[in-house]
Amino acid sequence: MLLPAILYVLALVGVPFLLAFYYAVGDVKVGSTEYHFVGLANFSSVLQSPAFRRALRNSIVFTVCTQALVLVGGNVLALVLKDPFRGRHLVRFLVILPWVAPVSIGAIGWKWILDSLYSVINWVLVRLHLVPALSPPMWLGEPTLAMISVILVQTWHVLPFATVILLAGWTSIPRDIPEACAVDGAGYFRTLFQITLPMLLPIINVALLFGIVFTFTDMTVIYILTRGGPYDTTQVLPSLAFFTGVLGGDLAEGAAISIFLLPLLALVAWKMLQTARRAEVG
Amino acid sequence: MAIVQTRALTKVFRQGQVGAVVGVDLESREGEFLVLLGPSGSGKTTLLRMIAGLEEPTSGDILIGGVVVNDLTPRERRIAMVFQSYALYPHLSVLGNIVFPLKAQHVPRAEREKKAQWAADLLGIGHLLARRPRELSGGERQRVALARAIVREPSVFLLDEPLSNLDAKLRASAREELEQFQRRVATTMIYVTHDQVEAMAMGDRVVVMNQGIVRQVGTPADVYDEPADTFVATFLGSPPMNLVDGGDAMVGFRPEHFLPVGFAATPGPAVGLAFRVGHEEYLGSERILYGRIEKGRFGGSKVVSRLPASYRERLAADSVERFEVAERNLKFFDRVAGTRRAPVRLS
Repeated sequence: MLLPAILYVLALVGVPFLLAFYYAVGDVKVGSTEYHFVGLANFSSVLQSPAFRRALRNSIVFTVCTQALVLVGGNVLALVLKDPFRGRHLVRFLVILPWVAPVSIGAIGWKWILDSLYSVINWVLVRLHLVPALSPPMWLGEPTLAMISVILVQTWHVLPFATVILLAGWTSIPRDIPEACAVDGAGYFRTLFQITLPMLLPIINVALLFGIVFTFTDMTVIYILTRGGPYDTTQVLPSLAFFTGVLGGDLAEGAAISIFLLPLLALVAWKMLQTARRAEVG
Repeated sequence: MAIVQTRALTKVFRQGQVGAVVGVDLESREGEFLVLLGPSGSGKTTLLRMIAGLEEPTSGDILIGGVVVNDLTPRERRIAMVFQSYALYPHLSVLGNIVFPLKAQHVPRAEREKKAQWAADLLGIGHLLARRPRELSGGERQRVALARAIVREPSVFLLDEPLSNLDAKLRASAREELEQFQRRVATTMIYVTHDQVEAMAMGDRVVVMNQGIVRQVGTPADVYDEPADTFVATFLGSPPMNLVDGGDAMVGFRPEHFLPVGFAATPGPAVGLAFRVGHEEYLGSERILYGRIEKGRFGGSKVVSRLPASYRERLAADSVERFEVAERNLKFFDRVAGTRRAPVRLS
């Protein structure tokens, strides 16, 4: 009964994972069958490369900004969707849509929305006389704007998942608790920041952990919107690993870059699970 | 301390439906322990929540200390409430729970801690201040909830079935503690329960509710001995009052007043009845006999008798025994409305 599952995990997760380790300590190149053990040379070369350091910084900015927006937006959405209102089921369905729709389709849609020539956003802004008609903002062509764009689109993509998790958290708080706060004389913000949000902390942690992993290891949005550009300003570690290892043919260095993600994510996961355990209530 | 009044208070949850609370007029007395008693769905909790300000009345007024508080928030009403679940804040320590209402009132830290210590000592939980709610037993949680309620010296205490989460043994001692607590703080308490034993034991007065309507308000002795209608008569008492067809009226009498001839201690004339014994429940301190009245007066009615342990005679099943009820223990109810009426001559 268990065998197919084990085989599946071994074949599709274990083998590539070990293969990546094997590549990272060798000199594997596309188009060559030779393999020489080179120790940690790939790692030291990667660490010294400016492209890697920029990608690392971009990854952190991309992940932190996305998650900050997701946490605020997810909690606001969860609070709105928690109480019944007319059409709540439809709104819930619409909110979850960006998550269930294939990310590539969504990102291609966004690519057109943010296009330098055909952008509907610019069309609206020009008609409203908010930006000059001849030099509208290049959403994906200017370094800062490009980073803001990919962050917003990634937020759009992962927000539904966080909302669903947070919604479950909010509905699990018994009605008595906010009522007791009201009787105890606490206002809305005191109740929110001193009682309900701290009670939600373990669930917020779970949402955050998933969000960080999904965002830090994902390159779909960036690959489709900017391909890491302009001038590598939106290049993140997964996209850099892909461009170096697969498109650039340097499998060893690509593997070294992707393996670099592992201890970082493991550390984040361990820290968050620890806080979740400490905050556990019940 | 304050008097709580309600005037024609009504709550209808969905338009067109029967109200959860219908036209309730109540007035508590200074420092009174007032119990709202009724089966589930009788509107007692809704009534309490309206007094607390957690539920908005559909119509009618609520007055606390003579002031209409309909439009005031719970905090402005200066009430404290103990919830059925206790609603302790799980992530805060016992101390954190107790000082929370004071923090919300911006009481300075030094005074906050003094008051919390006073409340904790009053309830004997001074040694638990550092614990989290989940590390406490049910009884301790209840005391923390009470301490959190008392700490800001509210004008009225509202309690929503605070004992229903405790096991039977703990409930008896918690009941006694709660009574002592009320006597010590001498603050008006409005207490919701569906448990008639709790209501009788603790209440200065009992408000019996059914289907959103107050059926009777009175001392425990009033509502037990002189029930206002057949609902109160059959809701209170275990087993409930026997109700039999007395021709022009319904006639009620308590099982403990329906005893073998010569054994009843109530003086005065009595009504003799032939009782066909059905089955018996032996409860140690008493025996409950289920059976029927044989032909003649009240013939065919199912009745229950409650024999004290001091009555030692064995009554065989299916035997017909001579029982009686003292006339003064007979209560008469209107056949249609079910309300109390003047005694009728029994044919």
